[in-house]
Amino acid sequence: MTHHDFTMPVTEIQARSLRIGDRVTLNGTLYGIRDATQIHMFDRGRTTRFDLKGHAVLHTAPNVRKVPVSNEFPVGYQPVCIGTTTSARMERFTRPLMTAYGVRLIIGKGGLMDETSRAFADLGGAYLAVIGGTAALETTWIESIVDVDLDDLNPESLWHFQVKGFGPLLVAMDSHGGSLYRTVAASAAERRAAALAGMGVKLGGAKSA
Amino acid sequence: MKVDPAVVEETAKLLYIRALKVLPDDIKQGFQRLDAGETDGTGKAILATMIENIAVAERTDNLLCQDTGIPIYNVTIGRGVELDGAALKDAIRRGCARATREYPLRSSVVHPITRVNEHTSCGPLVPVINIDFVDRAHELVIEMIPKGSGSENGSFLKMCIPADGVDGIKTFVVDKVMEAGGRVCPPTIVGVGVGGTSDLCAHLAKVAATRPLGSVCADPEGAQLERQLSQAVNSLGIGPQGLGGDSTAFAVHVELAATHITMNPVAVNIQCHSARRATATFTPAGVTIGF
Repeated sequence: MTHHDFTMPVTEIQARSLRIGDRVTLNGTLYGIRDATQIHMFDRGRTTRFDLKGHAVLHTAPNVRKVPVSNEFPVGYQPVCIGTTTSARMERFTRPLMTAYGVRLIIGKGGLMDETSRAFADLGGAYLAVIGGTAALETTWIESIVDVDLDDLNPESLWHFQVKGFGPLLVAMDSHGGSLYRTVAASAAERRAAALAGMGVKLGGAKSA
Repeated sequence: MKVDPAVVEETAKLLYIRALKVLPDDIKQGFQRLDAGETDGTGKAILATMIENIAVAERTDNLLCQDTGIPIYNVTIGRGVELDGAALKDAIRRGCARATREYPLRSSVVHPITRVNEHTSCGPLVPVINIDFVDRAHELVIEMIPKGSGSENGSFLKMCIPADGVDGIKTFVVDKVMEAGGRVCPPTIVGVGVGGTSDLCAHLAKVAATRPLGSVCADPEGAQLERQLSQAVNSLGIGPQGLGGDSTAFAVHVELAATHITMNPVAVNIQCHSARRATATFTPAGVTIGF
């Protein structure tokens, strides 16, 4: 297990150096993205003026307060509570994020699936797990909201955060075919029969539809 | 006892914000219990971070989780309570919208077809307002639950048939907990509804998922099912955040209703580890805020 301290953006070599079980801490730029953002970018032909090449995207839609524009709040948004949402809904956007925009790292909770694993292997990327539901803590890693795009989708805008010591995050899916989620799911499947038998379920517990 | 809609409005606002910030004591104790029993290194580290987050939220007066959820208000009306029901519902709705605009909270609520967000946490039939009556004198209770979507998406219904028996119910619950994996933010409270009609069954699953830890199903058969299922889901090794460990669920809760001779419905509704709720109790002496 290695700890990686990255200042964003990263190269393909850096992304491929990550192995499941490693820890990562991010500094500098982090982009926030979510369902509606990606539906509009990839299904409705909208584009962003942000350069996401080599960057990490966080699956989020933050709580923010509108304030006057100042040096501290360059686009008039003060962070209130910023956390991480469930990634699985956004599975089909991993590859287009990487091919169209050069994104290298996806940060979320709950994991992504096989198509994402293939995209990481083909293109060089990794999934970093935040601990979901710990947004009060996560908010302390975010210094400011530097910029925002596609803000008509608020709160599902494309957010540009400045972060310091964002993490440690757990490398849960890597570019070498590794996925902690797949490992845990396989292990649970092996334990299923014993779990059902322990409750006296007969007929081997035919899998429910 | 007369209930003033203006007080209900202020209370509905206060409850939403408080529920998002302060976790109930039974959930905090649940974390301590899981932490003491967790044998997986990653699982233990994740639980420690979750426990730290509860303290950070209180210290920084911040929300526990960014997901402000779908707001649910459960209203329980005792005997001798005089109120204008329509005014009560309007007052709750206004309080919910004011919490969102005035704090401000992220409005997580959109129209289901246009996906337009009114930035009030309100929309058609939302906030959800459930109203029930109890045999207690001069008491009105409003419970507020911000139901997070990660775990709400872990909702399932199966119209099992009588020949599937209780085995069909048990198998369904275990399989759905496996299918949900880490997406529902474990450790969870797995709410299980058994019996009723399809809609009642799903509602019972929600009641079960949002019941305090340590509470037990009033029906002895349901209580036995809770014990068996709690042990079973925690033997799967899914663990905190689905990254492995013993702590998949704080508990499985079961609520049941009678059903039809041809039916055997089961529903699952999952509550994430940020099992937030806040309660206001109105009595002739005033309003008390708790969990």
